[in-house]
Amino acid sequence: MPGGYAGKFLEADLLKGKISETRFDDETLEAYFGGRGLAAKILWDRIGRKWAKVDALGPENLLIALTGPMTGIYPGGRICVSGKSPLSNGTVGSTASTEFAHELKCAGYDGVIVSGRADEPVYIQVTDEGGEIKPAGHLWGKDGEETLIALNREVGATLAKKKPNVGLWREPGMIYIGPAGENMVRNAAVMTKLCHACGYGGYGAVMGSKNLKAVVAKGRGRMPAVDAPEAAKLLWRRSHEYLIARSGFRRQGTGYGGYGFGNNTSSEPIRNWQEEWHDERSFGGPMFETRFWVKKKWSDWNCTTNCMKVSCIKTGPWKGDITDMPDYELQSHCGTNFGIFDPEACIHLSTLVDKLGHSGINGPNAMGYAAELYQRGILTEKDIGFELKWGDPEAFDRLMRMIAMREGIGDVLAEGTYRAALKIAEMKKMRPEELLKYAVVVKGIEVGAHGTRSDADFAHDISYAASVQGGDHTSLADDGYSDMSGSIFADSGVFCSFAYGGVPQELVFDFAKAITGFPITIESWRRVTGPRIVTLQRALLLMGGPDVTWKPIEDDDNPPRFYEPLPNGPYAGKTTDRAKVKSKMQTYFQTLGWDERGIPTRETLDKLGLSDVEPFMRKLRE
Amino acid sequence: MPGGYAGKFLDVDLSKEKVEDTTFDDETLEAYFGGRGLAAKILWDRIGKRWRKIDGLDPENIFLALTGPMTAIYPGARIMCSGKSPLSNGTVGSTASTEFASEIKMAGYDGVIVTGKAEKPVYILVTDEGGEIRDASHLWGKVGEETIKLLNREVTEELAKRKPNVGLWKEPGIIYIGPAGENMVRNAAVMSKICHACGYGGYGAVMGSKNLKAVVAKGRGKIPAVDAPESVKLLLKKTHEHLIGRTTMRRWGTGYAGYAVGADTSSEPIRNWQEEWHDEKSMGGPRFENRFWVKKKWADFGCTTNCMKISCIKTGRWKGDITDMPDYELEAYCGTNLGIFDPGDNVHMSAVIDNLGHSGINGPNTMGFAAELYQRGILTEKDFGFKPAWGDAEAMTKLAWLIAERRKIGRVLGEGTYRAALKIAKKKGMKPEELLKYAVHVKGIEIGAHGTRSDADYTHDISYAASVQGGDHTSVAVDGFTEMSAAVFTDSAVFCNFCFFGVPQELVFDFAKAITGFPITQESWRRVTGPRIVTLQRALLLLGGPDVTWKPVGDDDNPHRFYEPLPTGPYKGSKTDRALVKQKRKTYFETLGWDEKGVPTKETLKRLGLSDVDPLMRKLRK
Amino acid sequence: MSKPIWIARDYAACSGCKRCEIACSMHHEGWIWPEASRVRIFMPFPGCEVPHLCAQCNDYPCVNSCPVGALSTSADTKAVIVDREKCTGCGACIRACPGSVPFLHPGDDKATICDLCNGDPECAKVCKEAGYNALMLVEEGPSVHRRLFSRNPIEVAKDLAVLFFGEKGEEVI
Repeated sequence: MPGGYAGKFLEADLLKGKISETRFDDETLEAYFGGRGLAAKILWDRIGRKWAKVDALGPENLLIALTGPMTGIYPGGRICVSGKSPLSNGTVGSTASTEFAHELKCAGYDGVIVSGRADEPVYIQVTDEGGEIKPAGHLWGKDGEETLIALNREVGATLAKKKPNVGLWREPGMIYIGPAGENMVRNAAVMTKLCHACGYGGYGAVMGSKNLKAVVAKGRGRMPAVDAPEAAKLLWRRSHEYLIARSGFRRQGTGYGGYGFGNNTSSEPIRNWQEEWHDERSFGGPMFETRFWVKKKWSDWNCTTNCMKVSCIKTGPWKGDITDMPDYELQSHCGTNFGIFDPEACIHLSTLVDKLGHSGINGPNAMGYAAELYQRGILTEKDIGFELKWGDPEAFDRLMRMIAMREGIGDVLAEGTYRAALKIAEMKKMRPEELLKYAVVVKGIEVGAHGTRSDADFAHDISYAASVQGGDHTSLADDGYSDMSGSIFADSGVFCSFAYGGVPQELVFDFAKAITGFPITIESWRRVTGPRIVTLQRALLLMGGPDVTWKPIEDDDNPPRFYEPLPNGPYAGKTTDRAKVKSKMQTYFQTLGWDERGIPTRETLDKLGLSDVEPFMRKLRE
Repeated sequence: MPGGYAGKFLDVDLSKEKVEDTTFDDETLEAYFGGRGLAAKILWDRIGKRWRKIDGLDPENIFLALTGPMTAIYPGARIMCSGKSPLSNGTVGSTASTEFASEIKMAGYDGVIVTGKAEKPVYILVTDEGGEIRDASHLWGKVGEETIKLLNREVTEELAKRKPNVGLWKEPGIIYIGPAGENMVRNAAVMSKICHACGYGGYGAVMGSKNLKAVVAKGRGKIPAVDAPESVKLLLKKTHEHLIGRTTMRRWGTGYAGYAVGADTSSEPIRNWQEEWHDEKSMGGPRFENRFWVKKKWADFGCTTNCMKISCIKTGRWKGDITDMPDYELEAYCGTNLGIFDPGDNVHMSAVIDNLGHSGINGPNTMGFAAELYQRGILTEKDFGFKPAWGDAEAMTKLAWLIAERRKIGRVLGEGTYRAALKIAKKKGMKPEELLKYAVHVKGIEIGAHGTRSDADYTHDISYAASVQGGDHTSVAVDGFTEMSAAVFTDSAVFCNFCFFGVPQELVFDFAKAITGFPITQESWRRVTGPRIVTLQRALLLLGGPDVTWKPVGDDDNPHRFYEPLPTGPYKGSKTDRALVKQKRKTYFETLGWDEKGVPTKETLKRLGLSDVDPLMRKLRK
Repeated sequence: MSKPIWIARDYAACSGCKRCEIACSMHHEGWIWPEASRVRIFMPFPGCEVPHLCAQCNDYPCVNSCPVGALSTSADTKAVIVDREKCTGCGACIRACPGSVPFLHPGDDKATICDLCNGDPECAKVCKEAGYNALMLVEEGPSVHRRLFSRNPIEVAKDLAVLFFGEKGEEVI
């Protein structure tokens, strides 16, 4: 057994109501590592051959929640949730910081693989004694906060009853869905710890489609042993020294970005990306911090970055709302993208988005989309049921709930921006392009809050366009080489990207080697492991289906809005450079060993040990 | 001009509506220093000859608010309030930490001396331009919180109007009274900063008797120059190092003592001192800290002790109450002494007492006295209009208001415990001793929350009995020598005791010398200056007043209760040792050069430069 | 080792990073073992993190409760010392402790209690390093206050919830 792994995975067949265990051989673990990589492998092995026919919201899809060998040991332990994405029809390695991750490992499991569909709502409970499928009818319909409180109590009581004599039992770790996931809102998130989310990919809807309310874990065992313990302990101390030294980031987290990205890099979504620059001082970081940040040093397991802060609204109509600060993504998506520049309203909508179990980025993207359609008269007050005006928090509050419950127009918007655009085109008897031009999505996955038009932020020409995870801002395409040891590594490791940046890369990879014993280097990830995982994801993405399949090259592009010139600010007139997109796309494909349409070549597949994927790629090449 | 002094005092005659400057020669300043010492001197000089005929609440009484040369330079700036005490008919140097002290020096004044009585409610405003008397009718009747809010606004606006071009004006420093002071509750406090109080002596009533609602100061000048600036800067640095080193004090202040003084030293007032031991963990420091301490590092001007914390009750029937933690004295007096052992109720009572401008110790002492009389059936429900039952926070709140507003039995109770006992005896046709045996006071001044019966606390046999300030726990009698360089020094210098302890004494006295240039040593204070001040206070105390005069020796004693054996706890059966009291009192008098009745001898008076007091002492010696 | 020590706790300052659990288990168990850490962070609601560890009560009810004399106190540090050979895992010390601080080791079911790392506690080091100071090494001797920190962590968390969230805090735990 290589170091860092607990050694087994829990298998839950919800159709049969059966629990079993699975293992993977050392070669597979070395080749795919864990998390995002291993999930892609599992999906390929089990449903890859019929991929195009598998409905992501059907019982055949798998819901996979994996750790990696570095989880719980490298700072910032995370869980990676994956499966066939109901949005892209490919796969996304969607991660969130949560104690669930290390609890799973201490219970003796590296992950949970869920297949089938339960008749009635259930949750899965994982302890040192193994896994159990338990009824969740009484939890179905509860929002995130209620679910957390109820499960803490219930599972805490269960454990205490089973083994009362060992002393006080602590609360378990858990991932869960809110009403949005239950109602299979296509881009719904898998939630944890009130405000952390596996946001990209729509895996909340996959859990909902399986009637799976939550997965809960409490383990009292050791963290799995590592290959070189003394080296690991030393590297643990050193990595924390680096993280602790990042005083600015620790102090502000990304919570100052709501002003910073708008004012400085001109790349913040405003009113469905119609603009990207602003100078609204009301939205400055200190305005959030001074009035709302009740706890300023808040962390997750083994993390000294503590970029998180806890916010609470103490007065006014939303008194009692508790969420994180919000982080930059939700400051923009639950704020400026709605035309809202009031911190209190933004915090409220962030709280609501988390409670409902929407993805804080993807859900509001569809809402901003609807608001622009309303602005342009394409959707009317009659269609929506009320006026959906920019800057009106009550209106967006209402829309958010409607989408979570799939009521009225919410039922259409719940399909995610891309599919909603197509549906509305049909409804209004307009051509799809007329609606798609306002949809800010790449391959069905709504785009994160970093625009490419100013070219001043970290997202550029092919960042989203070439990425196998579409609009996922945490996993951007770069040159097909340096990015292969970036988020793909962190998402497979599985640990938090923010605990990755700021630590010298050599140290991180030494740590990886000390943990696993694998001959890991930056180079090996850039040349082999990263490309292997991404190529597999690319293959599955292109196979697509059953409702949507992407056209290679054509759909490897930015949304139309990203080619409109910025209307104001210091970068007024600037836009994404099509020529650059074209040329860098080719370089990207080449570097990864894909053909000029981005289809992995036979040679590449052979080199990466993915020869069995070749027959499907051959079809695409025709 | 010796160092540390601004150089002049504001002299305000409220009857004549005149404001003037006054100065004192260097010899006087060296002999009496400032604060408590200088106040006694001023009172002796101006009204000493007619002392016995003047009641503390007469317009002839003088209200003094003085700093000392060390104020706002040595850490922990305080103001000292004095005058003839309506309780003891002597004088008390009653201090509180407040920015008023630093502001008045920056405005160019070492203090304010107020005589006469205004026709209508007024406040005095002191700025760089001098002093003025302003209308306060709109402030009369307002509780502490309201008063601060209104005065901050009003004065800042006024100053900004007068000098708008200099930039933003900061809020002024303020000392003020609440309804208790306005209604001349005899032991009412002079308040500052919501929860800091000049508590002992009843000077709130003196302000009330002059229709003086507040004294407000805002200065933009330098803190006065010192004799040896480089030494002072160095000593400042070293002093702070010592203060910052006191981690426990900084962490908990005295806020953990509400449990400890009861459980450990068995010296905490419980239900009017009927008991002094308890083990109620509900009163533990952590219970206050975790639920109520919203700001844990709170300080006053120049202070690094930050023993203060801010408490806020956020839920329940007392929601919105804001006060300090409370400190130990109010944990005891607004808590255990009223039979209250619930932190929320305790914090609430502290907030009520402060808002009403009661002295947090003396006011609730009378309340406890009244509650015991009710317990024993001497007072009935009819006297109050409700049942003042032990532990009932609603009832105790009503009682605090009853006394502040002098309604029903509150009219009598507002006379302070001693006079109330006498009045109630008369009313009920009982002998004075029958009521006085429940009155826990010494010379009219209610006793601080440190009992003498266990002998395990820092207060013993003659601590209160021999003290010129009666029950004042901050200025206890020890041996007539060592304590002469303690509270009488800090109360004259004027700075906070808590910045005195924990700093090596040599350092403090070096600091005093470096500031003033006076040849000050600990020894000189112990032999000369301290005794001078205390002897003068003793003389005035013995001269007494129109309504009450103390019998030397006879009234230099502990209250009846302190001779009753403790009923519970590890010190059960213990009581104050009468023989020890007798013996140590004798030694105390001898050491200070007073006769066997504690009347200062002619030789002593001469030696201390107080010869002009002798004629009046002669009468007492007979 | 003559200076008295104690670990002061500032519950509101705890970030929930649990490096104390990691440092403690690395020191005592040789590797990361959160449920074997002598200090365990309870988080019944996010934001309300409570470090739960021995407070060295002056009256040591745990020591007095042990039927086989497996518990004693260190003369130097005043910490509670468990003799794992003698301990039978009966749980009497857990019941005697006002805050239910001890627990049975997940490996061998022996009573597990903080021993102050022989005077140089690891948890306080990492907490200080990260700037939280929720667990702070202080040179202070025994006092009556120590036993007040032996309290059920859920009750402590309820207080923190009100401190941070006001009225809402009463609903979340």
